[in-house]
Amino acid sequence: MELTLALAIGVLTGSGVWLLLRPRTFQVIMGLSLISYAVNLFIFSMGRLGLATGKEPVLHAGVPQDLAHYTDPMPQALVLTAIVIGFAMTALFLVVLLASRGLAGTDHVDGAEPPEGDGPDDEGLAP
Amino acid sequence: MSDVLDSAAVQHLMLVPVLLPLLVAAWMMLLGEERHRLKMALNVGSCAVLLAVSSTLLLRAAQEGAANALGVYLPGNWQAPFGIVLALDRLSALMLVLTSLLALAASVFACARWHRAGVHFHPLFQLQLMGLCGAFLTADLFNLFVFFEVTLAASYGLLLHGSGRARVLAGMHYIAINLAASALFLIGVSMLYGLTGTLNMADLAQHIPTLPDADRGLLHAAAGILATAFLIKAAVWPLNFWLVPAYSAATAPVGALFAIMTKLGIYAILRLWTLLFGAEAGASAQFGSQWLLGAGLLTMAFGAVGMMGSQRLGHLAGYAALVSSGTVLAASSFGQNLLTAGMLYYLPGSTLAVGALFLLGDVLDRWRSPNQGADPYEQEDEEAPFLNARLEHTRGFNLDENEDALVGRPIPAATAFVGLAFMGCTLMLAGMPPLPGFLGKFAMLSALLNPLGLAASAGQQPGLAGWTFLAVLIVSGFLALTALVRVGIAHFWASQGRRPLRVGLAEGLPIGALLLACVLLAVAAGPALHFTQAAADALYAPRGYVQAVLGAEPVPSSAAGSTPSEPGEKTP
Repeated sequence: MELTLALAIGVLTGSGVWLLLRPRTFQVIMGLSLISYAVNLFIFSMGRLGLATGKEPVLHAGVPQDLAHYTDPMPQALVLTAIVIGFAMTALFLVVLLASRGLAGTDHVDGAEPPEGDGPDDEGLAP
Repeated sequence: MSDVLDSAAVQHLMLVPVLLPLLVAAWMMLLGEERHRLKMALNVGSCAVLLAVSSTLLLRAAQEGAANALGVYLPGNWQAPFGIVLALDRLSALMLVLTSLLALAASVFACARWHRAGVHFHPLFQLQLMGLCGAFLTADLFNLFVFFEVTLAASYGLLLHGSGRARVLAGMHYIAINLAASALFLIGVSMLYGLTGTLNMADLAQHIPTLPDADRGLLHAAAGILATAFLIKAAVWPLNFWLVPAYSAATAPVGALFAIMTKLGIYAILRLWTLLFGAEAGASAQFGSQWLLGAGLLTMAFGAVGMMGSQRLGHLAGYAALVSSGTVLAASSFGQNLLTAGMLYYLPGSTLAVGALFLLGDVLDRWRSPNQGADPYEQEDEEAPFLNARLEHTRGFNLDENEDALVGRPIPAATAFVGLAFMGCTLMLAGMPPLPGFLGKFAMLSALLNPLGLAASAGQQPGLAGWTFLAVLIVSGFLALTALVRVGIAHFWASQGRRPLRVGLAEGLPIGALLLACVLLAVAAGPALHFTQAAADALYAPRGYVQAVLGAEPVPSSAAGSTPSEPGEKTP
């Protein structure tokens, strides 16, 4: 389980960072989303009792009420907040992305196409 | 003041800087866009009340002895490591006053014309204030994250206020880098939680010395990741290339308010670094001080060179914010309370001056090109208003030929006022006497050369780091002076053929007030330095903070049937 989760976080972060460094705004927003997924998974894995697989997340009748029988509630609260904030920020970024596309006529992050033969050969949307 | 307000009232007063902007913003959201006069009055009024409240809190914090100069508030009425805590000490009170003063000036300035450039300016302004005040008050890492995000979310909206291509592009870069920084913030916070099982800053400070050696490396990694997030906000080189385009593209009042945003990152670093890695942190004491020093010095150098290379006032103010930020960071990295006291005196003055320069830049830009609309800087040649591509002056710049015409010509009052204000900003940012820019730098250099106090430091040498800081501080001040004087000459002396400058009351008043605050800071330098000394002493003796936060007792519940150990509900 640890290996699976670590690999998932690693792949998500790696892809996210790669996309973040790309020249098109849509790639950047995908990169930021992937990084935020990775961060949310990472927060889960930082519970005090390890990954806590197979434990109850909410109070359940008949289970002794201590942390040995439940998952650590703190990372869940943190993840919930982080998801909400990250979601709102991504939505805002999407609006700004569209505004930039409309105003600059290109989806390059610098608002202008680089000169021919200069920089990565990604095909942008035709202006 | 303390005999008027009893202790309980002051306790509840601590909530005002968070609640008031939130409620005012919520109210303003309900008002239609055509009620802009009421919104304007609400915004300015809320900032004024905030200034009064934070000044009261500052006086309160300054009055009490070193042991109990700390207000602790338990919003959920749960004891410290479990519930969330707001804590007010001298440093947070100082930052609150600085924020509300800058906000009052910026909101009055915005009433002149900028608040009509887009929708929802006033609610966003208040929400940004709420985030800033909350971040300065909270004693909890995760609430720090939430308040940071509130600040940033409002700042995204404010930066885009007025729209236009330059703002949208700068805003997109600003949002992208801050989202990445927030991811780093979360990683650092969750690693700290995984290691220590707490997010309360005071509780963290208690856990760190007793951490097993096997976890020490992880702790340092967590602290480094967290610090990177703060350093991006504090605009430290090489994490600061977003700042100058973003701040100079923003409308002037927003730029002035943003002058405090870099200080928010510095505040977070100072607070956490002194608490978590102070002298009592065992094997982790002073972790990262070399990094902070190096980053601060490079930021100062980068900002000073940037000032030399810029002609637009917005750029100049942005680079001045970088110099100020780097100076504060480098000074705090030495971990000496005398040096930090000088730094805390330098911080408000330089922040106010940067804010005033943003406002002044707007007035001057309009003077230079009066037909500009709400979307300035769209033209290609705006990068260098006074020089062309071959570095020749684009307009009449020869002062000697027209000398006879200059003699005996009356200076209009508005031009004289703006000129004097620009001179004040120059003196502040370059660190020339008699304004606090000089006094703050002098206090820092004096503490650097006499680390144990003036009489007790015989034989103490500043060392290589100290001499480097001294040299960079003086040279960056000199470069700032040169850059500002050059721009001042281009604006004020070689200003033939322009229409006379008109400055409205709503624009002149905030600029004058910000500079008057600087002058007052210089006049009251003695008490101010005593205050910052006490603040710095308290920072380097974190035991008082830890005991006050963890020792705060919840208020016993008066409702029948519920005991203090089982409060009815917990604030999420």
